[in-house]
Amino acid sequence: MNESCEGSIISIRDLYKRFDRQEVLTGTDLDIDSGESLVILGRSGCGKSVLLKHITGLIRPDHGSILFEGEDITKFNRQKLFDMRMHFGMLFQGAALFDSMTVGENVGLPLVKHGHKSEEETREIVLEKLRLVGLTDVYDSYPAALSGGMKKRVGLARAVVMEPQVVLYDEPTTGLDPIMADVINTMIRDLQNELDITSVVVTHDINSAYRVGDRITMLHEGKIIYSGTPEEIRETDNEIVRQFIEGRAEGPVRVV
Amino acid sequence: MKIFAMLGRYFLGFIGEIGGIFILLWRVIRLAPRIFRNIGKTLIQMEKIGIGSIPLVLVTSVFVGAVASVQSAYQFQGYVPLRFLGAFVGKSVTLEVGPVLTALVVGGRVSAAIAAEVGTMKVTEQIDAMEMIAIDPVEYLVLPRLAAATVMLPVLTVFADFLAIIGGMIVAKLVVGVSFNTFESGLTMFFRYQDVVGGLLKTFVFGFIIALMGCYNGFRTRGGAEGVGISTMKAVVSSCLLILVANYLLAFLIFNVIFAPD
Ligand SMILES: Nc1ncnc2c1ncn2[C@@H]1O[C@H](COP(=O)(O)OP(=O)(O)OP(=O)(O)O)[C@@H](O)[C@H]1O
Ligand SMILES: [Mg+2]
Repeated sequence: MNESCEGSIISIRDLYKRFDRQEVLTGTDLDIDSGESLVILGRSGCGKSVLLKHITGLIRPDHGSILFEGEDITKFNRQKLFDMRMHFGMLFQGAALFDSMTVGENVGLPLVKHGHKSEEETREIVLEKLRLVGLTDVYDSYPAALSGGMKKRVGLARAVVMEPQVVLYDEPTTGLDPIMADVINTMIRDLQNELDITSVVVTHDINSAYRVGDRITMLHEGKIIYSGTPEEIRETDNEIVRQFIEGRAEGPVRVV
Repeated sequence: MKIFAMLGRYFLGFIGEIGGIFILLWRVIRLAPRIFRNIGKTLIQMEKIGIGSIPLVLVTSVFVGAVASVQSAYQFQGYVPLRFLGAFVGKSVTLEVGPVLTALVVGGRVSAAIAAEVGTMKVTEQIDAMEMIAIDPVEYLVLPRLAAATVMLPVLTVFADFLAIIGGMIVAKLVVGVSFNTFESGLTMFFRYQDVVGGLLKTFVFGFIIALMGCYNGFRTRGGAEGVGISTMKAVVSSCLLILVANYLLAFLIFNVIFAPD
C-alpha cells in the first residue's frame, strides 16, 4: 500500500482498537485530503469519537498507523504530539470547557499558552471568535451558567481560535436549534474556504452532512464502508448507507 | 480453578496499579523543575489544602490531646507517678498521633477532593482538552497539588502537635488534677528535639502520598458520576493505607537509623 498518498494530510491505515472485550475499530482505513471538508457518519456508539481521538493522539491504537503529513503519529512521544497538536483544533462532543475558567479564559487559553500576543490582542481575537459563533455577552460567564448549545459554541470558538490547519468537529450541531445549526454549518464552511482549513466533521445529522461535506464517509462496525460526494451518497445503492440516511429501523442493520 | 483465575486477575490488577503509580511518579520527577512556572497555582492549592483544613485539624487535635491525657492517667494508676503525664502525652503526640492522625484526617479530606476534581475533569474530557492545546495535565494539575500538600502537611502537623498538647494540658488540670506546672515539667524533662523533627519528617512523605493518590485515582477515572465516586473512594482508602505503611517504614528509618538512640 502506498504510504503517503498524494494530497492527503492525514492517512489512517488498518487501525484496530479494543476496549476490554469490546472491539471498536477493526481495520479502519481513511485518507483525508488537505483542504477538504470530510464528514464521518455512523450510528451512535460505532466509534466516531474514538476515531477522532486517534487522529490527535489522545488514544493510541492497538495496531495500525496514522500518518500526519507523512509522519506516523502513533510513534510520537509526548513532546512531538504536543508540537503536532499545535496544528489541530478539536471540538469535543461534550464541549469539554474548563469549568474553573470563564468563557473568555477558555477560548483565550490556547493563545495565552502559545500565541505570544498581548492581553489586548488576545481579548480582541477571543471576542471575534465568539462573535463568529453568535455569542458576545458571555465573555465573563462561567460554563456552568451556559446552556448545552452555548457550551458547544464556546467549544467551537476555542477549537478555531489558533486558526489551525485541521479542525476536528465532534457533532458540532447536536443540541442546537435549526437556525443556529445552520449558522454553525456556514461557519465551518467559511473557515474552510477562507483559511484553507481541513475539516473533519462527525455527525448524525444528515442535513448538516450534506451542507458541510465535500465528501461523506460512513463508519460501520469499525470500518469505513462508504465514501462519496453528497450527490453520490443520495444515489447510492449501498443498503446500510441507505438505511442510515433514510432513517429506517428496518434494513440490513438490526437494532434489536 | 475459578479461585486461582480470580486471584490471578487481582494480582495482575495490583501490579498494574503499582506500575501506573510509578509512571505518574516518573513524569512528576521529570517535570519537577517546572514547579517554578506554576507558583501561582501552587499557592492557590496551598490555601485550599492548608488553610481549608485548619478547622478539621483544630477539632481533631484538641480532642486527641485530651484523650491522650485522660487515658494515660488511667493507665498510670498505681504504676507511674502522674508527674510523668506531660512527658508521655508530649512524646506520643509529637512522635506518632500528631503526624499520623493529622495525615489521616487531612488525607481523607484532601485526597477525596483532588480525586473528585481531577476525576470530573477526566470524565468530562477536560483533561483531553488540555492535552489538545498542548498543556501537560501533569504539570498543570499534579505538580501544584503535590507541592502544596507536601509543604502544607508538616505545617498543619506543627499546629496539630501544639494544639494536642494544649488540649492534653487542659484536661490534665481539669479532669486528672495535674497542674500546668507539673505537666510542663514532665513535658520538658524527656524532651528530645529529634522526636519533633522525626515526626515532622514523616509528614512530608504523608503529604506527598495524599496528593499523589488523589491525582492518580482522578486520572484513572472512567465512566460518569459513578466512576468519580469510585475514584474518590479509592483515593481515600489507598492514601490512608499507604500512610499507615509508610508510617511504619519511616518510623523504623528515622528512629532506628537516623536518630538512633545511643
Ligand atoms: N475510554 C473508553 N474506555 C472504554 N470504552 C470506551 C472508551 N471510549 C469509548 N468506548 C467505547 O467505544 C465505543 C465507541 O464510542 P464512541 O464514543 O466513539 O462512539 P460514537 O460513535 O462517538 O457514538 P456517539 O455518536 O453516541 O457519540 C462505545 O461503545 C464506548 O462504550
Ligand atoms: Mg461520539
